[in-house]
This record gives sequence, structure tokens and C-alpha cells, in this order.
Amino acid sequence: MESPRHPPRKRAATSPRKRGEVRSAAEKLVLELILISTLNGVLFGMLLFLMASGLTLIFSMMGVLNFAHASFYMLGAFFGFQISRYVGFWPALVIAPLLVGVIGALVERYGLRNVHRHGHVAELLFTFGLAFVIEEVVQMIWGKAPVDYRIPALLDFTAFTVFSTNYPAYKLFMLLISIGIFIVLLAVLTRTRVGLIIQASLTHPNMVAMLGHNVPRVFMLVFGLGCALAAVAGVIAGPALVTQSNMAGLLGPILFVVVVVGGLGSLPGAFVASLLIGLIQTFAVSVNASLADLFGAIGLTLDARSPFADLWNVTVAQIAPVIPYLLLVLILALRPTGLFGTRET
Amino acid sequence: MTEAAGQVGNQIAASRPAAPAGSWIAALWRHAIWLIAALVFACLPLLFRSGTALTMMSLMGIMIIFALSYNMLLGQTGLLSFGHAVYYGLGAFFVVHAMNAIIRAKLPIPLPVMPLLGGIAGLAFAIIFGSVSTRRGGTAFAMISLGLAELVASSSLILRGFFGGEEGITTNRTRLLRVFDWNFGPQIQVYYLIAAWCLICMIAMYALTRTPFGRMCNAVRENPERIEFIGCSRTFVRFLAFCLAGFFAGVAGALAAINFEIVNASYVGLQQSGIVLLAAYIGGTGHFIGPALGAILVTYLQIMLSDVTEIWQLYFGLMFIAVVMFAPGGLAGLLMMHAPLLRARVLRLLAVPYVLLGAAASIVGVGAIVIVELTHRLVVKTTEGTVMHLFGISINAAAAGPWLIAAVLTAGGALLMRAAWPMAAHAFSDATAAVQTGERS
Repeated sequence: MESPRHPPRKRAATSPRKRGEVRSAAEKLVLELILISTLNGVLFGMLLFLMASGLTLIFSMMGVLNFAHASFYMLGAFFGFQISRYVGFWPALVIAPLLVGVIGALVERYGLRNVHRHGHVAELLFTFGLAFVIEEVVQMIWGKAPVDYRIPALLDFTAFTVFSTNYPAYKLFMLLISIGIFIVLLAVLTRTRVGLIIQASLTHPNMVAMLGHNVPRVFMLVFGLGCALAAVAGVIAGPALVTQSNMAGLLGPILFVVVVVGGLGSLPGAFVASLLIGLIQTFAVSVNASLADLFGAIGLTLDARSPFADLWNVTVAQIAPVIPYLLLVLILALRPTGLFGTRET
Repeated sequence: MTEAAGQVGNQIAASRPAAPAGSWIAALWRHAIWLIAALVFACLPLLFRSGTALTMMSLMGIMIIFALSYNMLLGQTGLLSFGHAVYYGLGAFFVVHAMNAIIRAKLPIPLPVMPLLGGIAGLAFAIIFGSVSTRRGGTAFAMISLGLAELVASSSLILRGFFGGEEGITTNRTRLLRVFDWNFGPQIQVYYLIAAWCLICMIAMYALTRTPFGRMCNAVRENPERIEFIGCSRTFVRFLAFCLAGFFAGVAGALAAINFEIVNASYVGLQQSGIVLLAAYIGGTGHFIGPALGAILVTYLQIMLSDVTEIWQLYFGLMFIAVVMFAPGGLAGLLMMHAPLLRARVLRLLAVPYVLLGAAASIVGVGAIVIVELTHRLVVKTTEGTVMHLFGISINAAAAGPWLIAAVLTAGGALLMRAAWPMAAHAFSDATAAVQTGERS
């Protein structure tokens, strides 16, 4: 923002009737903003949770944060783009996550499992290197520029209109898909035999092995499943956001914030933190006030010449990308287990 | 990896010459390695005279300090940081602003002391951020360091006044007070400045590892709980190590600022933090000298590989993964593994299997490189035609022949490697066993 202060709002006309109209228009605007931001925030939060759930499961299993998790999300988006060019969006929605899931399982089987004996740091660094390599490979194949990944024609219409904002049907579809997967995941984990074995393997792997289950294979499948979930998020988010080789780098750190703030290894925590961060991010982007405005409101004037002028004149919208990290530092400093975590990281 | 470090440490401690205290010849002998290092630093520009070599050696010197300071955290104290570039970058920014202020005010301060200022800036920010982040070790520390790094990196794009936005902030290193008539215009003078600071920092950091504090750091890495039982605060040891690492990172950043005369937001970025992690780990975090080796190698590859191929970062990442998977001790770990064999003069037993393994690895490497480069040509650089030059040979990427040859090379090499790996491993364990029985008898 070049101009230090926002131009003063136009004063409403003196006639009471007109002033009332203006106010109701302003109220409408605020209401519209809140409604749309809430919808978008929940949507972003659910997308985050699609990824964070896999990451949390993988962490609870192996005790290692998968740095490459966002890279699998990116792979999902690019595979979705490539496959949908040949067979259309709907088959891609199924094929791309399956492919990424298989790749994830192979990575676990032939990469992570070998590194495991060298300790957690080596595992973390392995996934760090993997993220690096995946980004380079994606850049090599699809280039650095965004690819033209379009919303399927079937969903390319306006679902509803709030005052003046048209809400696209595709966003509703994204929301439904992520909520649907969330419910299925919850049901599988808590209601089925497979889910019980997975849950038991998280806490008592030796006992589960004694009972005759192949725990390493369970780990491999969960890793693959986690990657596939991230890929689903990628396939459906790709057309709505930008499908580009830096998308993993942009989202990865936020994903870590989600799982750490929620409490490492806690699925409910990841859910709450996803929604929280989704909402905070979306609302922050739409607030256009700065510290200078705040001081201005209490009678202090700060302009471009005052010391630390940058700091006072930054708007909330501009620092929106920073807020999750501030939250992370705060949470870890005040409550190291995260919101719902039971173990100290 | 960490156990190996401990063992080597013990060996060094045990093999210390029992010279009478005060004997200056013995003292000189003990520190001979640093004299040799000083000599090497002084003579290198005489051997490599070209401008490229000089620039590269300057960058290597900076990277050595940076990687060694990083290893104070990862190798010595067991703290995995993803945001070490924060202190490097902030040191650089403070030095550039200070230099500009000194030039404006015409203060009588010479350039060679500026890195100290960078170090102090790094230290100050390490104190601030460290007080938040070092309360926990392990994954929590890694995550906080990542969060702080993102915080600073994002702020660097917002606070334009201090960080100079995307174009960065420039300075002029020649306009400070002159000493001995050196204006630090020519690269050779900057090289000697960097070399001197590199040597000072290396000695200081090595000396730190020999102090009780250095040992406490190792203890925190190995078993933080026990530290509390002997009446020490692991948090405080971590905090201190973090601050010192921040100081040396600041020195490295200041030298980089002096070398390039420009700093921008990429100095504090995650990429820079990633590079130093790569350098330290590839070099080997278990030995003091490891990160220095890694810094030299990584800087060399960064400059040379980027000339040869556009996708050098991919090779870089693959190399890193290979080190993590197959040689978690890094280069230094691999070399040190063979030190006892070298002393016992049984290294020749390993020659044949190692040559076989090396040959197999090279075949796989060549095959894989050809496949990657062919793909790159076909997919990315389609506009430049399908004929390309690789290893000095002209190849048509659209023909089947090169692909077939590459596939055969990769697969065959992989099979050879599978055969050669156990041979090398056996030869190594046999030789080690022979040395051990020899020592016992």
C-alpha cells in the first residue's frame, strides 16, 4: 500500500432517510462479507483438514512429520490436470488420488522404512529432500508457470447469489466432497475393523503384530491413504486455486501450523485447527485496517515520516499470510501440546 | 551417527599428547592443523588465479562459517532448525544499513570489523527468538523454527523500509575507512577478509566444542533428561548454543553482504535455510569438519552444476536423499569410518570391491542422468529441437536408441550395484575385524 492513509469515507448525505439507506447498504455489505468469508473460510479449512488428517495419521504412526505431504497435494493437482485432459475431470478425481496413493505407499516401503533405523531426524530430512525433488520434477515436467486447469463445465455455474456476490457451484462441490470424505474417514476409523486395527497400530504396534497383523503393511497403507487424501484435496483445489509448481511450498508450512496448533497426533485437534486457520486467513484478507488507522481512531496521527512507518501502515489483509505463524509461535510458547494434543512434542 | 561422534571425541581426548604443560612446542604441535589451514587459505589464491575461482572460494568461506554455525545446533546440540537463515539474513541487513550509515556520517570504522556487527545483530535476534523456541527440543523446536522463519520471510516482503522490498538494499564496501591502504575493491582483498574471518570463526567454534559447555551440548543431544538430573538446565544449554549459532550465522551473513554489496529478502528465505541444512548434512553432522566439507561441495556444485544443466537442483535433491538413505553420517562420516583402517594400513583390502561399487554407481548415475536430461529436453525445451549434447556426444532425444541405452545402463548398473554392495560391506567388516583382532593381540 503506497498511500499511508485510506481516503476518508464519503460522508452520508444529511437527509435522515438517505442516511438510513446508506447504513443499511453498509450493513448489507458487512453481512455479505461475513457470510462469504465464513463460507470460504470453512471451505479452506475443510481442504486443509483433508491434508492435515493424513499428516496427523502418519505422524501418530511413525512419529515423524511428513515434510513432503503438501508435495503429494501438488502431485494430485498436476495429475488431476493431466488426466482430466485425456479422460475428463470425473475419472481424474478417482485415478489421480489412486496413483498418488500408490506413489506414497512406494515411498514408504522403499524409502522411509529404510531410513527409519537412522532415527527421526533422518526420516524428517528424507521427506524434506523428497519435497525438494518432487517440486523440481513437477517444474521439469510442467514448467514454472501455472497450468490451465479448468473447472469442469458441469459445475461451472453460479450456485446462489448473496446480495451482490455470486457463489460458484464448484466451491460448494469442493465443500461437499471434503465434508463427505471427512465423514467417511471418521466412520472407517471408528466403526470398521480396518479402522480399529489402524487405531490399535498407532498406540500398540507390538501388540497388534502379536495378534497376527502385518503392522508394517498397515503403516504402508496408511501412508498411501494419507497421500491419496492430500491428492484428493489437490485435484479439487487445483481448478479453484492456482495449479503451479510452488503450490506445495506455499501450503506446506501452513499445514504444519495446523497439525502443531491442533496438537500433534490429534485428529479432532487437526479438525478444529484447520477450521480456525481457514477462517482466520479468510477474514484477515478482507479486513483493510492498519495500526495507523487504529491509532488514528484514538487521535494519534502516524504518517509515512514517523519511525517504523511500514509497521504502522501495514493492513491486516497484508499480514494475513503471517497470522498462522504468529499463532503457531504463540501456541507453542503458551501451550506446547497444542490445543487438543496429549503429548508434548 | 551421533554415537560415532562421541567415540571419535573420546579417541581425540585419549590420544592427546601428554606433553609437559607450558611446553610451547607441544602447544604449537597441537595447533598445527590451524597453522596449516591458515597457510592453505593464504596460498589458495596463488594456485587458483581466475576470477571465478576467487569468487567461488569467497563463497565457500562464507558457507563454511554458516554451515559450521548450523552444526552447532544440529550436530552438537541435536536441534534441527529450519530457519537458520533468519540470523544470517538479519546480520547481513544490519551490516548493510550500518555500512550505509557509516558512509553517510563518515565515521572512522574500517570494513574488517563489520562482520562483528553482523554477528552481534545475529546474536540479538537469536536471543529474542531463542527465548521462545528453545524451551522445547525435537519436533517442536523444528516447527517453531520453521514458523519463525516464515514469519521473518513474510515480514521481509512487508516491511519495505528495512528490507528494501524485492530489489533489496545496496551498499559500497570501498567507501569505509581504509586500513593499510586496502579499499576492498578487488575480489582478492575480499577473499582474504573472508578467509581471515573464516579461520577465526572455525577456531572459535572448534574451541567451543572442547569446552565443558560444548560437552554439555552433546549431553543435551544424547540424553536431555539426564542433564536435568546432574543439575543443569537443558533449556539454558540449548538457548546458549542457539545464541552462539546465531552469532556465527550473523558473521557469515555480514561477509555475504560485504561480498555481494547487496542484500535482499532471499537472504532470510526458507531456501537459504534449506541450503545450509543440506550442506551440513551432506558433509556430515557427526564430525566437526563435516559441515565445512559439505559447504565446499555444495557451493562448488551450486556454481558448477548450474552452468552445466538447468535442472541442477533436482540432482542436488537426489544427492541429498541418497546421503540420508545410504550414508547418514555424511561425507565426513564415510571418511572417518575408514580412518582406523588407514592407520592399520589395510585399506588396500577394500580397493577391489570399492572400485567395483564405484563403477556400478557411476553406470547407474550416467544412465539416470541421460534419462533425466532426455526427458527434460523432450518435455520442457521442445522449442530448441530434439538434438542435444550430453557428455560431449550429440544425441537425438526423439530417437529410441538413446532411451534404450540409458535404460540398459540404469538397470544393468543397478543389478551390478546389488551385487557389489554386499561385497563392499563384507570387505569392510572383514577389514575392521582384522584391525580389531590385531589391536587385541
